[in-house]
Amino acid sequence: MDFLFYMGDVFTPINFGLLLLGTIGGLILGATPGLSPTMAVALLIPFTFQLEPQQGLILLGAAYTSTVAGGAVSAILLKIPGAPANIATTLDGHTMATKGEGAKALQLSFIASAIGGLFGVFLLIFLTPVLAQWALAFGPSHLFWLAILGVTVIGTLDSSSVVKGLLSGCIGLWLATIGFDDIMGAQRFIFHPAVSGGINVIPALIGLFAIPQVITMFTKGRSSDDAEIINVKKHPIRFAFAEVFKRKMALTIGTITGSIIGLIPGVGGQIAGLVAYDQSKKFSKESEKFGTGHSEGVIAAESANNAMVGPSLVPLLTLSIPGSPTAAVLLGGLLIHGIFPGPDLFMNYPQVAWTFIDSMLIGQLLMCIFGLYIAGLAASVARVPHAVMAAIVLGLAVFGSYSVQNSMGDVYVMATLGLAMYFLERFGFSAAPLVLGLILGPIAEANFIQGSMIANATVGTGTYFFTGWLNWLLILIVLASISYSVWMEIMARRYTTKDDAVAKEEALP
Amino acid sequence: MKKWIAGAALALTAMTGPALADGHDSYPERPIMLMVSYGAGGATDFQARIVTMTAGNEDALGMPIAIVNRPGAGGRVGWNWFATEAEGDGYTLGAYNIPHFIAQSIEGGVSYSSDSFEPIANWGADPAVFVVAADSDFNSMADVVSYAKENPGGLTFSGAGLFVGHHIAALQLEKAAGVKMAYIPNNSGGAGAMRAVIAGEVLGGVNNLSDAFRAQAAGNVKILGVFDLERNAEFLPDVPTMMEQGYDIDNASVNFRGVMVPKGTPQPIIDKLAATVPAMFENGRVQSRMAAGGSPMHIMTRDEVLEMWAARQSTLEELLAGL
Repeated sequence: MDFLFYMGDVFTPINFGLLLLGTIGGLILGATPGLSPTMAVALLIPFTFQLEPQQGLILLGAAYTSTVAGGAVSAILLKIPGAPANIATTLDGHTMATKGEGAKALQLSFIASAIGGLFGVFLLIFLTPVLAQWALAFGPSHLFWLAILGVTVIGTLDSSSVVKGLLSGCIGLWLATIGFDDIMGAQRFIFHPAVSGGINVIPALIGLFAIPQVITMFTKGRSSDDAEIINVKKHPIRFAFAEVFKRKMALTIGTITGSIIGLIPGVGGQIAGLVAYDQSKKFSKESEKFGTGHSEGVIAAESANNAMVGPSLVPLLTLSIPGSPTAAVLLGGLLIHGIFPGPDLFMNYPQVAWTFIDSMLIGQLLMCIFGLYIAGLAASVARVPHAVMAAIVLGLAVFGSYSVQNSMGDVYVMATLGLAMYFLERFGFSAAPLVLGLILGPIAEANFIQGSMIANATVGTGTYFFTGWLNWLLILIVLASISYSVWMEIMARRYTTKDDAVAKEEALP
Repeated sequence: MKKWIAGAALALTAMTGPALADGHDSYPERPIMLMVSYGAGGATDFQARIVTMTAGNEDALGMPIAIVNRPGAGGRVGWNWFATEAEGDGYTLGAYNIPHFIAQSIEGGVSYSSDSFEPIANWGADPAVFVVAADSDFNSMADVVSYAKENPGGLTFSGAGLFVGHHIAALQLEKAAGVKMAYIPNNSGGAGAMRAVIAGEVLGGVNNLSDAFRAQAAGNVKILGVFDLERNAEFLPDVPTMMEQGYDIDNASVNFRGVMVPKGTPQPIIDKLAATVPAMFENGRVQSRMAAGGSPMHIMTRDEVLEMWAARQSTLEELLAGL
């Protein structure tokens, strides 16, 4: 219960002021497209030079927590996921916003984020030693199978047809091969200097989601001046709470999936939201409603991506190994004050370590309060006329892509992919599977190469990839996921043909 | 009166003279950018942020230095950009990592070589070390080598990638001990390579001294040898060098970090930077922050760095010729 003992430190005037600053600043940074949590935390590091270690970490912890949640704002209102973690939020969140339910979507997302986030931080507090072993359990072969599991999700994610989902996933996997390969350093498909570093996920995300949106808005503006005026519905906060607790299934799946996946070094944060979304879709009684502005989609995705925040710090705090890019930046923030994370951290610097964790707990609550406060205001974004909105989104898209590494190359990549996606969308392809392919490609490839190098030197490829309980478990889940998709597809076909037949019969004179 | 005007004109010419001559007297007039070819949070990025934090002081450059990250492909993306697109106006600096960029240029497929850049000053030197998990049976390099002799090509050990300091150290070890081992490059850098060692995915690994020191302090690894000419007195006084353990390995794999500018930057600017930047690294606040972070400092002037680059070029050409 050490964390309660140090709770008081969070509420000293300076510390609490920094916590507020970090939370509000984090929400704003998170809501800005292109500013991923990693970037936001890296931007804040120089400010912590001047602060006490404890104060610096409070600022960083609060910012990390709220940027992850803040990403939902642009995902829901503008359909620009601020970071890979928010991709799944766009699927139902933005549809809700276009139906005028933006306020509801934002409220749900902040409440779900806070619940997921609190659960994640509590896991960090109580189960750290156990979780540290789990984080180490994932070797190259397991990460490979995990990536393959992600690929099986591709087909069923936000797509009318499995084949089209898989096709756009394959486009994503191909895009991921562009650039120098991660291990051997070989050059692949570098046809323009802008892609010599490969396709950066964040500009790709912005382009794929925002640009088709912008083009559609412009075309609508041409056809009718007063396009559709969206009636932004007010949504009392207590209804939002009631809704979140009514959707227990989505909340539980989101929180647990997010926590488990968040632990796995190098993979977690990016795919937690998507996997949770897919899982809750498969388990939901109303799975056909997903993608049409269903509240479960938002709840699962957002509870998952905040639940991952706490566990993602476990490898850093216990083993001194940063498990995610954001954790690497936080490590820098610790080292600058001469604090070495490791098993002794909580013994040597209890005040710093526990106050940091406490600030993430309180930060979750503050984030939820501020988030709910702005939800009502922010939702009126949907009322902005299409032409103006398109210009704003386009501006943000360019700014966001450029700011990742101050490079015009990324802006070209964003624009090209966005334009291509506009046409793909017209043929029924969607962006989410494509991005998932882009993220999973390098994970699967690098781990396969590493795994086979280790395997060739030791036990042989077959044994290395196909033995061990964790490999078996993952393979089993992969098989289950595939067979579920196939079965659903067959069932859907059967119904469609029957319905079609009936429809045809009725259409006959 | 005429005389006075003439005098004033003369004085004016005298004042503006040198400025007109090269136009760089007032450099720097605006903030400077430092390109780091690794991601935010990595060791190079972290150290670059510390050593440049006093740049805005009057006794340093008088203008702040902003870090811009251009990560990708083990640094190739950033250095490619730096060699081909960065402007040689003195406002675009770059961080270099030796032996990484020289080894990559020898391997080929990149648009830079050591002739594409002009070094300014070196701030740090992070030697590679050999680590094994804390519960490993290996207690010295002799144990490692004898295992490798019994199992040719079967001793797996991790490192941060191909054609980086760790890979050079691995090649040197194989050559000096006359054994064949399995070097497993990791896709998530030094941190990923260290994780592989701690998790027992590989039997050993080459890693940065600073990171290994932390991991040892955390009780996760044992450090068996240092790939440098001397022991590290500050952090690891008890760990012997490879040379002491009977392997003829020099400091070619030591990861030197410093600041450079693209070729074509005007000489007066290079001179000015070369004069001020080493002093900036010696600032007390910089030194204490670096020591706190466990990052060994090694300040070298431009001339020393030029010499070191040339020496690395020839050693690495020889070492990599066999690949």
